[in-house]
Amino acid sequence: MTTFTLNGEIRTVDTDPETPALWVIREQLDLTGTKFGCGMAQCGACTIHVNGRAQRACITPIASLEGASVTTIEGLKGADGSLHALQQAWIDHQVPQCGYCQSGQLMSAAALLADNPNPSEADIDTAMRGNVCRCGMYGRIRSAIKQVAGASFYDAMEGSQNG
Amino acid sequence: MGKWTRRGVLSAGVLGGTGLVIGIAVRPGNPTETAGHLVAGEGENLLHIYLKIDSENRVTAILPHSEMGQGAQTALTQMLAEEMDADWDLMRFEEAPASAEYANMALGRGYLFKGVDFPDVVVPTVDGLMLNIADAIGMQVTGGSMSIRTTGQYFLRAAGASVREMLVKTASKAWGVPESEIRAAESMLYHDRSGRSAPYSEFAAAAAEMTPSSTPKLKKTSQFTVMGQSKPRHDVPSKVDGTAMFAMDVKRPGMVYAAVKRTPVAGGTLRRVDDSAARAMKGVIDVVKVGPSSAAGLVGSYSAGDTIAVVADSYWRAEKALAALKLEWNTEGKERVSSESIFEQFDRDITAGIDRANDVAMGDATATFDSAATVLTADYRVPYLAHTCMEPPNATAEVSADRAEIWVGCQNPLGFRQHLAASLGLDVEQVTLHNYFMGGGFGRKSNADYALQAAMIARQVGRPVQMVYSRAEDIKQDFYRPAVQSRFKAGLDADGKLVAWQNTYVDKHEPVEAPLIPYAVAAQDIGHVASPTHVPFGAWRSVDHSQHGFFTESFVDEAAHAAGRDPYEFRAEMLKDKPRLLAVLNRVAKEADWGRPMEEGRGRGISLQESFGSIVGQVVEVTVSGGKTWVDRVVAVIDAGYAVSPDGIKAQIESGIIYGLSAAMYGEITIEDGAVAQSSFADYDAIRMHDSPVIETHIINSGAEMGGAGEPGTPGVAPALANAIFDATGKRVRTLPVIKADLRNDAEASPAVAALGA
Ligand code: FES
Ligand code: FES
Repeated sequence: MTTFTLNGEIRTVDTDPETPALWVIREQLDLTGTKFGCGMAQCGACTIHVNGRAQRACITPIASLEGASVTTIEGLKGADGSLHALQQAWIDHQVPQCGYCQSGQLMSAAALLADNPNPSEADIDTAMRGNVCRCGMYGRIRSAIKQVAGASFYDAMEGSQNG
Repeated sequence: MGKWTRRGVLSAGVLGGTGLVIGIAVRPGNPTETAGHLVAGEGENLLHIYLKIDSENRVTAILPHSEMGQGAQTALTQMLAEEMDADWDLMRFEEAPASAEYANMALGRGYLFKGVDFPDVVVPTVDGLMLNIADAIGMQVTGGSMSIRTTGQYFLRAAGASVREMLVKTASKAWGVPESEIRAAESMLYHDRSGRSAPYSEFAAAAAEMTPSSTPKLKKTSQFTVMGQSKPRHDVPSKVDGTAMFAMDVKRPGMVYAAVKRTPVAGGTLRRVDDSAARAMKGVIDVVKVGPSSAAGLVGSYSAGDTIAVVADSYWRAEKALAALKLEWNTEGKERVSSESIFEQFDRDITAGIDRANDVAMGDATATFDSAATVLTADYRVPYLAHTCMEPPNATAEVSADRAEIWVGCQNPLGFRQHLAASLGLDVEQVTLHNYFMGGGFGRKSNADYALQAAMIARQVGRPVQMVYSRAEDIKQDFYRPAVQSRFKAGLDADGKLVAWQNTYVDKHEPVEAPLIPYAVAAQDIGHVASPTHVPFGAWRSVDHSQHGFFTESFVDEAAHAAGRDPYEFRAEMLKDKPRLLAVLNRVAKEADWGRPMEEGRGRGISLQESFGSIVGQVVEVTVSGGKTWVDRVVAVIDAGYAVSPDGIKAQIESGIIYGLSAAMYGEITIEDGAVAQSSFADYDAIRMHDSPVIETHIINSGAEMGGAGEPGTPGVAPALANAIFDATGKRVRTLPVIKADLRNDAEASPAVAALGA
């Protein structure tokens, strides 16, 4: 039995203690926003927050969450249902393509900004390098993070169009 | 632009395998009669196969393309809304059901009758014909960068315009006023003289009784107010809060989970399995075998060997038990095949040139080479590539004796449905397919093998089953961009002009024009030889362009340097009679500030590639230090004729560039002992945040026929990269990926260059 707080609610699960949190969250707790991309901590699709820090759910044994406070993408919104600033920035910059990596990207970015509200380029690289986006939206992700961090940035949506 | 000819029809007949010729006029009539029950719900009127209107005056576009990230659904909806004069805020869209009524006529027409200009009178006939062909071969495909330029251009715009005409006609009757006095705007009809107005929904039911015209009057570009705008994508909000549904997010009552392993050597069979340890593990329900499968057809043809599956009450337990199986596989005599042996075979076959087939034979190449002042030769090679969609292949299935239901994300729902039915021994009507967002497709999800595996497992265990590939299985059981070798020879005359071009390569697929060059070279001899391997082929973003773009645009660069010329000017001079291509080339050079001096250790390279009806120019800037390459900046220009959604096109170009760059920098699937050696992002990596370049995209709206956007960004990045590396180091990368090339060079002795890499 493992008891932990998930998006503000206390949950208790009964399963093999080494089961990765990813599968418990998806299969037993029916929160499917956290994605499976590799199962080996190589892609970041499964990123969640454990006590405020970004962690890969695919290699997090469920037993290790005993007493922890866990947030998934479903819990990133404010208590009143308002979007997290990063979620809004993701919409403003039209970041998602297929969208499959984006829960993980957002959770990594949110943990970064919570820890470091004014990240440098190198800070962003370090915090985000564990998150693969096969649709290649890195430029937009970077712009969206910088928008929230209040930094100036190159806007991919600008560019130009003419006849 | 070709004319409507008998030959066009005959080739369609041959391709479709149906033997249909014109003269059998198959008219589609009013398709709403047959499709209505499939898509129209309570309070909704289906006015056209592609659109319905509800009592709240909301218009829903019904789109025969899947969403794998390319955002085409929003752009297609824009095209329909534009011609319909609909209020954008009242527009919705949904994906068409996997049903023959939504077979992709437009794709067929764009694909099979490329360049044929149909007179209006035969359009209904051709559509009927295409419907039959599409039906026969199961075309409801998303691929070939086709959605906008075929479905959108030929069908959705016409659908919107014809429905607008029907609504005006209906209102004119009801109000007793001439059609010419009725104005349509923002989903409303107005008769200004009498001050009357009504929403579209008021006349929807009556208009639904009419048969839509196939040849309504379409707007001119100058009249567009919805097309040409960067409308926010409808699917984006659901993709930032975890609510977007992918196939793997489906849960059925009583559902169990399957982990699978298919024969490591493609086409192999399972010799022996000892499952005693696995069966004893907690939660394990069954261990089942799935036999080989194959599909034939114009798209999505494949063949695959035996699979073993462990079914358990959780995916984790299924995976663990799968690892506990003791398996012996037959290697079908392929156990000695390796990447080395494959490239040795290519080399032999190119040298032997047996049954070499020409793509182009122009001028007298032999004589021109004999008289050329300079002749250069080079062999280029690219490895196999996997797709590694972010979402590994998965499917959920429920199968009984007389019906099957499947939840999947796929690029060809109708084709999948037909393949499932045929393989399960059911009628197509007995198979229901629910298509979901794909977490990437890139061509991988046009092959139905993974859906069939799930269905076969579900049938054996008699319960709903969700089958999910591990990442290792995804990489090892792909259908690969082939390994290819190309042997080039170029001749320059005394003035440094490129006068002769020869290319012999292995392995020809689609598009047939991929190996051609756009440049004015008088003598050309381009051909291919067969050199088959057992490694399965699959469409990979931009298909044959992905290798030939690298080959030809690198070798042209070599010719420019051999001639002592600037690579941009060298190309431009050979494009004097191709103004559209030249405009793209000039523009990308200008935007990249071509010619601006660069520090030592840095370099820039250019490329130009026409594919899927669009032209893309790219300039890549790199830093090379310590033998390592950083891609700093990519400038891209695309002429897709007309940009329906400019930001959507930019996003696709960014995406295509990163996809191509991942492959160029790191991508390599190798074969060892007949099997794929890679198994994870650790040995098959992708570009990530820290090594992704700044990408600047510029759009030219030339007004030419619309081209695609999903694939054309991919082919040009590898050659521009290799050309930039040459500029920086004097070293020519002729074999990908770049990471394997030895790029240490003299410039690195300079402390300034060494500092770049620090
Ligand atoms: S699924 Fe956890 S990092 Fe890839
Ligand atoms: S949006 Fe598709 S993988 Fe990132």
